[in-house]
Amino acid sequence: MSSAQAPRRPTIIHTFGQLIVEFVQAVGDLALFAASMLRWLCRGLPRSTVVTETMYEVGVRSIPVVMITGMFIGMVLAVQGYQQFHLMRMETRMGAVINMALVAELGPVLAATMLAGRVGSAMAAQLGTMRVTEQIDALRALGANPIQYLVVPRFLACFLLIPLLTVLADAIGVAGGWMFSTQVLGVDSTYYWHYSTEYVAAWDVFAGILKSMFFGAAIALIACHRGFNCGSGAEGVGQAATSSFVLSFVVILVLDFFLGMFLNEIYWTLWPGPSSFV
Amino acid sequence: MTVRDPFSDPFTGEESGRSIIELRGISRSFGSQEVLRDVSLDVRAGETVCLIGESGCGKSVTMKIMASLMQPTSGDVLWNNVPIRERSDEELVRDRLRFGYLFQGAALFDSLSVFENIAFGLRQNTKMSDSFLEEIVAERLKDVGMSPASATKMPSQLSGGMRKRVGLARTLALMPDIILYDEPTTGLDPIMIDVINTLILKTRKRRPVTSVIVTHEMSTVRKVADRVIMFYPLSRLQPGESQIVFEGTPEEAFSSDDPRVAQFVYGEAGERMQELALL
Repeated sequence: MSSAQAPRRPTIIHTFGQLIVEFVQAVGDLALFAASMLRWLCRGLPRSTVVTETMYEVGVRSIPVVMITGMFIGMVLAVQGYQQFHLMRMETRMGAVINMALVAELGPVLAATMLAGRVGSAMAAQLGTMRVTEQIDALRALGANPIQYLVVPRFLACFLLIPLLTVLADAIGVAGGWMFSTQVLGVDSTYYWHYSTEYVAAWDVFAGILKSMFFGAAIALIACHRGFNCGSGAEGVGQAATSSFVLSFVVILVLDFFLGMFLNEIYWTLWPGPSSFV
Repeated sequence: MTVRDPFSDPFTGEESGRSIIELRGISRSFGSQEVLRDVSLDVRAGETVCLIGESGCGKSVTMKIMASLMQPTSGDVLWNNVPIRERSDEELVRDRLRFGYLFQGAALFDSLSVFENIAFGLRQNTKMSDSFLEEIVAERLKDVGMSPASATKMPSQLSGGMRKRVGLARTLALMPDIILYDEPTTGLDPIMIDVINTLILKTRKRRPVTSVIVTHEMSTVRKVADRVIMFYPLSRLQPGESQIVFEGTPEEAFSSDDPRVAQFVYGEAGERMQELALL
Protein backbone atom coordinates (compact mmCIF):
# COMPACT_ATOMS: atom_id res chain seq x y z
CA MET A 1 0.00 0.00 0.00
CA SER A 2 1.39 3.31 -0.99
CA SER A 3 2.08 5.71 1.80
CA ALA A 4 2.58 8.66 -0.54
CA GLN A 5 0.65 11.72 0.48
CA ALA A 6 -0.15 14.89 -1.40
CA PRO A 7 2.17 17.70 -0.27
CA ARG A 8 0.54 19.84 2.39
CA ARG A 9 -0.10 23.46 1.63
CA PRO A 10 2.09 25.68 3.80
CA THR A 11 0.15 27.41 6.55
CA ILE A 12 0.81 30.93 7.76
CA ILE A 13 2.92 29.43 10.57
CA HIS A 14 5.07 27.57 8.00
CA THR A 15 5.54 30.76 6.02
CA PHE A 16 6.36 32.79 9.12
CA GLY A 17 8.82 30.15 10.31
CA GLN A 18 10.42 30.05 6.87
CA LEU A 19 10.82 33.83 6.90
CA ILE A 20 12.50 33.71 10.31
CA VAL A 21 14.87 30.96 9.19
CA GLU A 22 15.75 32.91 6.02
CA PHE A 23 16.31 36.08 8.04
CA VAL A 24 18.61 34.32 10.52
CA GLN A 25 20.49 32.68 7.64
CA ALA A 26 20.94 36.00 5.85
CA VAL A 27 22.17 37.77 9.01
CA GLY A 28 24.52 34.88 9.79
CA ASP A 29 25.88 34.87 6.26
CA LEU A 30 26.47 38.63 6.37
CA ALA A 31 28.20 38.28 9.77
CA LEU A 32 30.52 35.57 8.40
CA PHE A 33 31.23 37.75 5.38
CA ALA A 34 32.09 40.69 7.66
CA ALA A 35 34.32 38.46 9.80
CA SER A 36 36.14 37.23 6.70
CA MET A 37 36.59 40.82 5.52
CA LEU A 38 38.03 41.86 8.91
CA ARG A 39 40.41 38.87 8.86
CA TRP A 40 41.73 39.87 5.45
CA LEU A 41 41.90 43.52 6.50
CA CYS A 42 44.18 42.51 9.37
CA ARG A 43 46.38 40.43 7.06
CA GLY A 44 47.25 43.40 4.92
CA LEU A 45 46.00 45.76 2.28
CA PRO A 46 45.88 45.07 -1.44
CA ARG A 47 48.08 47.13 -3.77
CA SER A 48 47.91 50.86 -3.04
CA THR A 49 46.67 51.64 -6.56
CA VAL A 50 43.61 49.47 -6.00
CA VAL A 51 42.83 51.26 -2.72
CA THR A 52 43.36 54.77 -4.09
CA GLU A 53 41.27 54.09 -7.20
CA THR A 54 38.41 52.84 -5.03
CA MET A 55 38.74 55.83 -2.71
CA TYR A 56 38.62 58.20 -5.67
CA GLU A 57 35.48 56.50 -6.97
CA VAL A 58 33.78 56.43 -3.57
CA GLY A 59 34.94 59.74 -2.14
CA VAL A 60 35.87 62.28 -4.78
CA ARG A 61 33.17 61.33 -7.25
CA SER A 62 30.48 61.52 -4.56
CA ILE A 63 31.29 65.13 -3.70
CA PRO A 64 28.99 66.84 -6.26
CA VAL A 65 25.89 64.85 -5.36
CA VAL A 66 26.51 65.25 -1.61
CA MET A 67 27.01 69.00 -2.05
CA ILE A 68 23.85 69.47 -4.08
CA THR A 69 21.64 67.43 -1.74
CA GLY A 70 23.21 69.04 1.35
CA MET A 71 22.58 72.51 -0.01
CA PHE A 72 18.95 71.82 -0.87
CA ILE A 73 18.13 70.04 2.38
CA GLY A 74 19.42 73.07 4.31
CA MET A 75 17.26 75.39 2.22
CA VAL A 76 14.21 73.09 2.46
CA LEU A 77 14.48 73.09 6.25
CA ALA A 78 14.54 76.88 6.19
CA VAL A 79 11.47 77.06 3.92
CA GLN A 80 9.47 74.53 5.96
CA GLY A 81 10.49 75.91 9.35
CA TYR A 82 10.04 79.60 8.64
CA GLN A 83 6.23 79.71 8.73
CA GLN A 84 6.03 77.96 12.08
CA PHE A 85 8.78 80.04 13.67
CA HIS A 86 7.35 83.24 12.19
CA LEU A 87 3.97 82.54 13.83
CA MET A 88 5.73 82.32 17.18
CA ARG A 89 7.98 85.29 16.33
CA MET A 90 11.01 83.09 16.86
CA GLU A 91 12.56 83.22 13.36
CA THR A 92 15.96 84.02 14.81
CA ARG A 93 15.99 80.56 16.45
CA MET A 94 15.68 78.84 13.09
CA GLY A 95 19.44 78.48 12.83
CA ALA A 96 19.52 76.32 15.95
CA VAL A 97 16.86 73.94 14.61
CA ILE A 98 18.20 73.77 11.07
CA ASN A 99 21.80 73.26 12.11
CA MET A 100 21.01 70.78 14.87
CA ALA A 101 18.85 68.72 12.50
CA LEU A 102 21.61 68.82 9.90
CA VAL A 103 24.64 67.87 11.96
CA ALA A 104 22.92 65.33 14.19
CA GLU A 105 20.64 63.57 11.72
CA LEU A 106 20.12 64.79 8.20
CA GLY A 107 23.77 65.32 7.26
CA PRO A 108 24.94 61.81 8.19
CA VAL A 109 21.78 60.08 6.97
CA LEU A 110 21.72 62.05 3.74
CA ALA A 111 25.39 61.44 2.96
CA ALA A 112 24.90 57.74 3.74
CA THR A 113 21.80 57.54 1.55
CA MET A 114 23.64 59.18 -1.31
CA LEU A 115 26.55 56.80 -0.81
CA ALA A 116 24.22 53.78 -0.72
CA GLY A 117 22.48 54.95 -3.90
CA ARG A 118 25.46 56.12 -5.91
CA VAL A 119 28.24 53.87 -4.67
CA GLY A 120 26.56 50.91 -2.92
CA SER A 121 24.34 49.96 -5.85
CA ALA A 122 27.22 50.37 -8.28
CA MET A 123 29.42 48.16 -6.10
CA ALA A 124 26.76 45.46 -5.90
CA ALA A 125 26.21 45.59 -9.67
CA GLN A 126 29.94 45.60 -10.42
CA LEU A 127 30.73 42.68 -8.11
CA GLY A 128 27.61 40.86 -9.28
CA THR A 129 28.73 41.21 -12.88
CA MET A 130 32.17 39.98 -11.91
CA ARG A 131 30.61 36.95 -10.28
CA VAL A 132 28.33 36.20 -13.23
CA THR A 133 31.21 36.53 -15.72
CA GLU A 134 33.49 34.36 -13.53
CA GLN A 135 35.92 37.23 -12.86
CA ILE A 136 35.78 36.48 -9.13
CA ASP A 137 36.75 32.87 -9.84
CA ALA A 138 39.51 34.19 -12.11
CA LEU A 139 40.90 36.25 -9.23
CA ARG A 140 41.12 33.16 -7.08
CA ALA A 141 42.65 31.17 -9.91
CA LEU A 142 45.33 33.84 -10.23
CA GLY A 143 46.25 33.70 -6.55
CA ALA A 144 44.33 36.75 -5.33
CA ASN A 145 41.78 36.54 -2.56
CA PRO A 146 38.56 38.20 -3.80
CA ILE A 147 37.67 39.44 -0.31
CA GLN A 148 41.05 41.11 0.10
CA TYR A 149 41.21 42.42 -3.45
CA LEU A 150 37.61 43.54 -3.91
CA VAL A 151 35.93 43.95 -0.53
CA VAL A 152 38.68 45.36 1.71
CA PRO A 153 39.36 48.47 -0.46
CA ARG A 154 35.64 49.18 -0.81
CA PHE A 155 35.09 48.80 2.91
CA LEU A 156 38.00 51.10 3.73
CA ALA A 157 36.86 53.69 1.22
CA CYS A 158 33.31 53.80 2.57
CA PHE A 159 34.34 53.62 6.22
CA LEU A 160 37.04 56.28 6.02
CA LEU A 161 35.54 58.69 3.53
CA ILE A 162 31.94 58.88 4.66
CA PRO A 163 32.89 61.08 7.67
CA LEU A 164 34.41 63.57 5.24
CA LEU A 165 31.33 63.44 3.03
CA THR A 166 29.18 63.95 6.11
CA VAL A 167 31.20 66.99 7.17
CA LEU A 168 30.79 68.32 3.67
CA ALA A 169 27.02 67.69 3.65
CA ASP A 170 26.76 69.34 7.09
CA ALA A 171 28.77 72.39 6.01
CA ILE A 172 26.95 72.91 2.74
CA GLY A 173 23.58 72.31 4.39
CA VAL A 174 24.37 74.83 7.13
CA ALA A 175 25.46 77.33 4.50
CA GLY A 176 22.34 76.69 2.41
CA GLY A 177 20.03 77.08 5.40
CA TRP A 178 21.76 80.27 6.50
CA MET A 179 21.80 81.75 3.03
CA PHE A 180 18.09 81.13 2.39
CA SER A 181 17.03 82.20 5.90
CA THR A 182 18.97 85.43 5.90
CA GLN A 183 19.06 86.46 2.24
CA VAL A 184 15.57 85.34 1.13
CA LEU A 185 13.47 85.09 4.31
CA GLY A 186 15.05 88.10 5.98
CA VAL A 187 16.14 86.49 9.26
CA ASP A 188 18.82 88.46 11.08
CA SER A 189 22.17 86.84 10.48
CA THR A 190 23.72 87.73 13.84
CA TYR A 191 20.90 86.16 15.87
CA TYR A 192 20.78 83.21 13.46
CA TRP A 193 24.41 82.35 14.30
CA HIS A 194 24.07 83.34 17.92
CA TYR A 195 21.36 80.76 18.60
CA SER A 196 23.03 78.21 16.37
CA THR A 197 26.26 78.27 18.34
CA GLU A 198 24.35 78.37 21.60
CA TYR A 199 22.35 75.22 20.96
CA VAL A 200 24.50 73.11 18.64
CA ALA A 201 27.34 71.57 20.63
CA ALA A 202 30.52 69.88 19.41
CA TRP A 203 29.09 66.62 20.73
CA ASP A 204 26.23 66.82 18.21
CA VAL A 205 28.67 67.19 15.35
CA PHE A 206 30.83 64.39 16.72
CA ALA A 207 27.84 62.06 17.20
CA GLY A 208 26.74 62.65 13.61
CA ILE A 209 30.20 61.90 12.25
CA LEU A 210 30.58 58.81 14.42
CA LYS A 211 27.23 57.48 13.22
CA SER A 212 28.27 58.03 9.63
CA MET A 213 31.21 55.64 10.05
CA PHE A 214 28.82 52.86 11.03
CA PHE A 215 26.63 53.75 8.03
CA GLY A 216 29.63 53.58 5.70
CA ALA A 217 30.72 50.20 7.04
CA ALA A 218 27.18 48.83 6.68
CA ILE A 219 26.81 50.15 3.11
CA ALA A 220 30.10 48.58 1.98
CA LEU A 221 29.42 45.22 3.61
CA ILE A 222 25.85 44.98 2.35
CA ALA A 223 26.77 46.04 -1.20
CA CYS A 224 29.71 43.65 -1.44
CA HIS A 225 27.75 40.80 0.12
CA ARG A 226 24.89 41.32 -2.32
CA GLY A 227 27.32 41.41 -5.23
CA PHE A 228 29.15 38.28 -4.15
CA ASN A 229 25.88 36.39 -3.74
CA CYS A 230 24.17 37.72 -6.83
CA GLY A 231 21.92 35.47 -8.92
CA SER A 232 22.68 34.56 -12.49
CA GLY A 233 22.26 36.81 -15.52
CA ALA A 234 21.27 40.43 -15.92
CA GLU A 235 18.24 39.92 -13.68
CA GLY A 236 20.45 38.70 -10.83
CA VAL A 237 22.75 41.70 -11.17
CA GLY A 238 19.79 44.10 -11.21
CA GLN A 239 18.30 42.47 -8.13
CA ALA A 240 21.64 42.65 -6.33
CA ALA A 241 21.90 46.40 -7.02
CA THR A 242 18.31 47.07 -5.96
CA SER A 243 18.41 44.92 -2.83
CA SER A 244 21.73 46.48 -1.87
CA PHE A 245 20.19 49.97 -1.84
CA VAL A 246 16.95 48.95 -0.14
CA LEU A 247 18.70 46.93 2.55
CA SER A 248 21.33 49.61 3.10
CA PHE A 249 18.67 52.28 3.49
CA VAL A 250 16.73 50.21 6.03
CA VAL A 251 19.91 49.38 7.95
CA ILE A 252 20.98 53.06 7.95
CA LEU A 253 17.69 54.06 9.58
CA VAL A 254 17.75 51.19 12.08
CA LEU A 255 21.37 51.94 12.98
CA ASP A 256 20.52 55.64 13.23
CA PHE A 257 17.82 54.89 15.77
CA PHE A 258 19.88 52.60 17.97
CA LEU A 259 23.07 54.64 17.70
CA GLY A 260 21.06 57.78 18.49
CA MET A 261 19.77 56.20 21.70
CA PHE A 262 23.18 54.81 22.59
CA LEU A 263 24.99 58.11 22.03
CA ASN A 264 22.34 59.98 24.03
CA GLU A 265 22.97 57.61 26.92
CA ILE A 266 26.69 58.27 26.67
CA TYR A 267 26.07 62.01 26.54
CA TRP A 268 23.93 61.96 29.69
CA THR A 269 26.49 59.77 31.43
CA LEU A 270 29.35 62.10 30.58
CA TRP A 271 27.49 65.38 31.06
CA PRO A 272 24.56 64.83 33.38
CA GLY A 273 22.11 67.72 33.55
CA PRO A 274 19.40 69.38 31.47
CA SER A 275 19.65 69.25 27.71
CA SER A 276 21.31 72.21 26.11
CA PHE A 277 18.42 72.62 23.68
CA VAL A 278 15.41 72.00 25.90
CA MET B 1 61.08 33.69 -14.43
CA THR B 2 60.87 32.35 -10.88
CA VAL B 3 57.18 31.87 -10.36
CA ARG B 4 57.44 28.19 -9.52
CA ASP B 5 60.48 28.43 -7.27
CA PRO B 6 58.58 28.37 -3.98
CA PHE B 7 57.13 24.99 -4.86
CA SER B 8 59.26 22.07 -3.86
CA ASP B 9 57.02 19.36 -5.26
CA PRO B 10 56.15 19.93 -8.92
CA PHE B 11 52.89 18.45 -10.14
CA THR B 12 54.22 17.31 -13.45
CA GLY B 13 57.55 16.38 -14.94
CA GLU B 14 59.57 13.19 -14.63
CA GLU B 15 56.78 11.01 -13.27
CA SER B 16 54.60 11.34 -16.31
CA GLY B 17 51.53 9.09 -16.07
CA ARG B 18 50.91 9.22 -12.33
CA SER B 19 47.63 10.61 -11.09
CA ILE B 20 47.86 14.30 -10.22
CA ILE B 21 44.17 15.14 -9.90
CA GLU B 22 41.77 12.63 -8.50
CA LEU B 23 38.08 13.00 -7.74
CA ARG B 24 36.64 10.44 -5.34
CA GLY B 25 32.87 10.10 -5.06
CA ILE B 26 32.19 13.74 -5.83
CA SER B 27 28.62 15.00 -5.56
CA ARG B 28 27.44 18.56 -5.98
CA SER B 29 24.02 20.12 -5.62
CA PHE B 30 22.75 23.68 -6.06
CA GLY B 31 19.83 23.96 -3.68
CA SER B 32 17.57 21.06 -4.54
CA GLN B 33 19.14 20.56 -7.97
CA GLU B 34 21.69 17.77 -8.04
CA VAL B 35 24.29 18.18 -10.80
CA LEU B 36 26.94 15.62 -9.90
CA ARG B 37 26.41 12.33 -8.10
CA ASP B 38 29.25 10.12 -6.91
CA VAL B 39 31.66 11.01 -9.72
CA SER B 40 35.14 9.49 -9.56
CA LEU B 41 37.87 10.11 -12.11
CA ASP B 42 41.55 10.86 -12.30
CA VAL B 43 43.82 12.96 -14.50
CA ARG B 44 47.34 11.71 -15.08
CA ALA B 45 50.44 13.84 -15.42
CA GLY B 46 51.20 14.99 -18.94
CA GLU B 47 47.96 13.86 -20.60
CA THR B 48 45.22 15.88 -22.27
CA VAL B 49 41.75 14.85 -21.15
CA CYS B 50 38.59 16.10 -22.79
CA LEU B 51 35.38 16.17 -20.77
CA ILE B 52 32.41 15.95 -23.10
CA GLY B 53 28.66 15.65 -22.63
CA GLU B 54 25.41 17.52 -23.05
CA SER B 55 25.01 21.03 -21.68
CA GLY B 56 24.11 21.03 -17.99
CA CYS B 57 25.55 17.60 -17.21
CA GLY B 58 28.15 18.99 -14.79
CA LYS B 59 31.38 19.19 -16.81
CA SER B 60 32.25 22.77 -15.91
CA VAL B 61 31.26 22.15 -12.29
CA THR B 62 33.59 19.14 -12.25
CA MET B 63 36.43 21.28 -13.57
CA LYS B 64 35.84 24.02 -10.99
CA ILE B 65 35.86 21.36 -8.28
CA MET B 66 39.15 20.00 -9.70
CA ALA B 67 40.73 23.46 -9.32
CA SER B 68 39.12 23.98 -5.89
CA LEU B 69 37.24 27.01 -7.20
CA MET B 70 34.07 25.29 -6.02
CA GLN B 71 33.56 22.92 -3.11
CA PRO B 72 31.82 19.59 -3.63
CA THR B 73 28.78 18.79 -1.51
CA SER B 74 30.46 15.49 -0.69
CA GLY B 75 33.49 13.51 -1.82
CA ASP B 76 37.21 14.15 -1.94
CA VAL B 77 39.51 15.99 -4.33
CA LEU B 78 43.14 14.91 -4.31
CA TRP B 79 46.04 16.86 -5.80
CA ASN B 80 49.20 14.84 -6.05
CA ASN B 81 47.52 12.08 -4.00
CA VAL B 82 46.87 14.43 -1.05
CA PRO B 83 43.27 15.48 -0.27
CA ILE B 84 42.93 19.24 -0.62
CA ARG B 85 40.99 19.43 2.63
CA GLU B 86 44.26 18.55 4.39
CA ARG B 87 45.90 21.69 2.97
CA SER B 88 45.93 24.98 4.86
CA ASP B 89 44.49 28.10 3.19
CA GLU B 90 48.00 29.26 2.29
CA GLU B 91 48.94 25.88 0.82
CA LEU B 92 45.72 25.83 -1.15
CA VAL B 93 46.36 29.28 -2.63
CA ARG B 94 49.98 28.35 -3.39
CA ASP B 95 49.09 25.02 -5.00
CA ARG B 96 46.21 26.53 -6.94
CA LEU B 97 48.78 28.60 -8.80
CA ARG B 98 49.95 25.38 -10.44
CA PHE B 99 46.60 25.41 -12.23
CA GLY B 100 45.92 27.69 -15.13
CA TYR B 101 42.22 28.19 -15.79
CA LEU B 102 40.86 29.45 -19.09
CA PHE B 103 37.28 30.47 -18.36
CA GLN B 104 34.40 30.02 -20.77
CA GLY B 105 34.02 33.74 -21.49
CA ALA B 106 37.73 34.35 -20.79
CA ALA B 107 36.74 36.25 -17.59
CA LEU B 108 39.06 39.15 -18.37
CA PHE B 109 38.96 41.91 -15.77
CA ASP B 110 36.90 44.64 -17.46
CA SER B 111 38.58 47.53 -15.69
CA LEU B 112 42.12 46.43 -16.57
CA SER B 113 43.94 46.64 -19.88
CA VAL B 114 45.14 43.56 -21.74
CA PHE B 115 48.62 44.16 -20.28
CA GLU B 116 47.31 44.41 -16.72
CA ASN B 117 45.15 41.32 -17.23
CA ILE B 118 48.09 39.21 -18.37
CA ALA B 119 50.43 40.64 -15.72
CA PHE B 120 47.83 40.29 -12.94
CA GLY B 121 48.92 36.91 -11.60
CA LEU B 122 52.59 37.86 -11.77
CA ARG B 123 52.03 41.16 -9.96
CA GLN B 124 49.99 39.34 -7.34
CA ASN B 125 52.44 36.55 -6.66
CA THR B 126 55.91 37.86 -7.52
CA LYS B 127 57.93 41.00 -7.12
CA MET B 128 58.95 41.34 -10.76
CA SER B 129 60.03 44.70 -12.08
CA ASP B 130 57.79 46.47 -14.59
CA SER B 131 60.34 46.04 -17.37
CA PHE B 132 60.47 42.28 -16.78
CA LEU B 133 56.69 42.15 -16.70
CA GLU B 134 56.53 43.98 -20.02
CA GLU B 135 58.89 41.42 -21.49
CA ILE B 136 56.84 38.48 -20.25
CA VAL B 137 53.53 39.98 -21.36
CA ALA B 138 54.95 40.62 -24.86
CA GLU B 139 56.18 37.04 -24.98
CA ARG B 140 52.81 35.60 -23.89
CA LEU B 141 51.01 37.79 -26.43
CA LYS B 142 53.33 36.49 -29.10
CA ASP B 143 52.63 32.91 -27.96
CA VAL B 144 48.93 33.42 -28.67
CA GLY B 145 49.52 35.24 -31.94
CA MET B 146 48.79 38.79 -30.84
CA SER B 147 50.84 41.90 -31.39
CA PRO B 148 52.47 43.76 -28.48
CA ALA B 149 50.36 46.78 -29.49
CA SER B 150 47.22 45.01 -28.30
CA ALA B 151 48.53 45.20 -24.72
CA THR B 152 47.10 48.69 -24.31
CA LYS B 153 43.59 47.72 -25.39
CA MET B 154 40.73 47.21 -22.97
CA PRO B 155 38.80 43.90 -22.96
CA SER B 156 35.72 45.66 -24.36
CA GLN B 157 37.71 46.47 -27.50
CA LEU B 158 38.48 42.81 -28.24
CA SER B 159 36.57 40.27 -30.34
CA GLY B 160 35.51 36.91 -28.87
CA GLY B 161 38.51 35.09 -30.33
CA MET B 162 40.93 37.76 -29.11
CA ARG B 163 39.44 37.63 -25.62
CA LYS B 164 39.96 33.87 -25.54
CA ARG B 165 43.57 34.30 -26.67
CA VAL B 166 44.24 37.01 -24.07
CA GLY B 167 42.64 34.70 -21.50
CA LEU B 168 45.02 31.97 -22.61
CA ALA B 169 47.99 34.36 -22.44
CA ARG B 170 46.96 35.30 -18.88
CA THR B 171 46.66 31.62 -18.00
CA LEU B 172 50.11 30.85 -19.42
CA ALA B 173 51.81 33.82 -17.73
CA LEU B 174 52.16 31.95 -14.45
CA MET B 175 53.65 28.91 -16.22
CA PRO B 176 51.10 26.47 -14.77
CA ASP B 177 51.67 22.72 -14.63
CA ILE B 178 48.01 21.96 -15.27
CA ILE B 179 45.77 23.94 -17.61
CA LEU B 180 42.01 23.68 -17.38
CA TYR B 181 40.15 24.94 -20.44
CA ASP B 182 36.42 25.55 -20.01
CA GLU B 183 34.85 25.43 -23.48
CA PRO B 184 37.78 27.24 -25.12
CA THR B 185 36.22 27.19 -28.58
CA THR B 186 32.56 27.90 -27.84
CA GLY B 187 31.17 30.76 -29.88
CA LEU B 188 34.13 30.99 -32.24
CA ASP B 189 34.24 30.58 -36.01
CA PRO B 190 35.78 27.37 -37.44
CA ILE B 191 39.08 29.06 -38.24
CA MET B 192 39.41 30.51 -34.77
CA ILE B 193 38.46 27.10 -33.33
CA ASP B 194 41.41 25.62 -35.18
CA VAL B 195 43.65 28.47 -33.99
CA ILE B 196 42.72 27.73 -30.37
CA ASN B 197 43.19 23.97 -30.88
CA THR B 198 46.62 24.61 -32.37
CA LEU B 199 47.52 26.90 -29.46
CA ILE B 200 46.55 24.14 -27.02
CA LEU B 201 48.82 21.72 -28.87
CA LYS B 202 51.65 24.26 -29.09
CA THR B 203 51.42 24.96 -25.37
CA ARG B 204 51.76 21.28 -24.66
CA LYS B 205 54.72 20.92 -27.03
CA ARG B 206 56.52 23.90 -25.51
CA ARG B 207 56.53 22.40 -22.02
CA PRO B 208 55.06 19.32 -20.36
CA VAL B 209 51.66 20.40 -19.12
CA THR B 210 48.61 18.41 -18.15
CA SER B 211 45.42 19.66 -19.79
CA VAL B 212 41.76 19.15 -19.03
CA ILE B 213 39.37 20.52 -21.62
CA VAL B 214 35.62 20.84 -21.33
CA THR B 215 34.27 20.96 -24.87
CA HIS B 216 31.36 20.20 -27.13
CA GLU B 217 33.58 20.52 -30.18
CA MET B 218 34.49 17.11 -31.55
CA SER B 219 37.18 18.62 -33.77
CA THR B 220 38.94 19.70 -30.57
CA VAL B 221 38.58 16.18 -29.18
CA ARG B 222 40.04 14.65 -32.36
CA LYS B 223 42.91 17.10 -32.52
CA VAL B 224 44.12 17.42 -28.93
CA ALA B 225 42.72 14.69 -26.66
CA ASP B 226 44.63 11.68 -25.33
CA ARG B 227 41.62 10.54 -23.36
CA VAL B 228 37.92 11.37 -23.43
CA ILE B 229 35.51 11.23 -20.51
CA MET B 230 31.82 11.58 -21.29
CA PHE B 231 29.32 12.78 -18.69
CA TYR B 232 25.60 12.16 -18.88
CA PRO B 233 22.86 14.27 -17.27
CA LEU B 234 21.61 12.81 -13.99
CA SER B 235 17.98 13.31 -15.02
CA ARG B 236 18.39 10.86 -17.91
CA LEU B 237 20.30 8.12 -16.11
CA GLN B 238 18.78 4.83 -14.99
CA PRO B 239 18.94 4.18 -11.22
CA GLY B 240 22.39 2.94 -10.22
CA GLU B 241 24.08 4.04 -13.47
CA SER B 242 27.33 5.98 -13.32
CA GLN B 243 27.28 9.58 -14.51
CA ILE B 244 30.43 8.88 -16.52
CA VAL B 245 29.17 6.83 -19.43
CA PHE B 246 32.40 6.65 -21.42
CA GLU B 247 36.12 6.78 -20.78
CA GLY B 248 38.67 5.99 -23.48
CA THR B 249 40.65 7.33 -26.41
CA PRO B 250 39.07 9.63 -29.03
CA GLU B 251 39.16 6.73 -31.52
CA GLU B 252 37.24 4.53 -29.10
CA ALA B 253 34.72 7.32 -28.57
CA PHE B 254 34.09 7.62 -32.31
CA SER B 255 33.64 3.86 -32.66
CA SER B 256 31.66 3.33 -29.45
CA ASP B 257 28.66 1.00 -29.53
CA ASP B 258 26.98 2.91 -26.75
CA PRO B 259 24.19 4.85 -28.49
CA ARG B 260 24.52 7.69 -25.97
CA VAL B 261 28.17 8.18 -26.92
CA ALA B 262 27.63 7.73 -30.66
CA GLN B 263 24.71 10.14 -30.59
CA PHE B 264 26.83 12.81 -28.94
CA VAL B 265 30.04 12.45 -30.94
CA TYR B 266 28.18 12.42 -34.25
CA GLY B 267 25.76 15.13 -33.15
CA GLU B 268 22.53 13.23 -33.83
CA ALA B 269 19.36 14.30 -32.08
CA GLY B 270 17.66 10.87 -32.48
CA GLU B 271 15.03 10.15 -29.85
CA ARG B 272 15.84 13.42 -28.07
CA MET B 273 13.57 15.13 -30.56
CA GLN B 274 10.67 13.09 -29.21
CA GLU B 275 11.80 13.59 -25.62
CA LEU B 276 11.91 17.31 -26.19
CA ALA B 277 8.46 17.12 -27.81
CA LEU B 278 9.77 18.63 -31.01
CA LEU B 279 8.36 15.92 -33.26
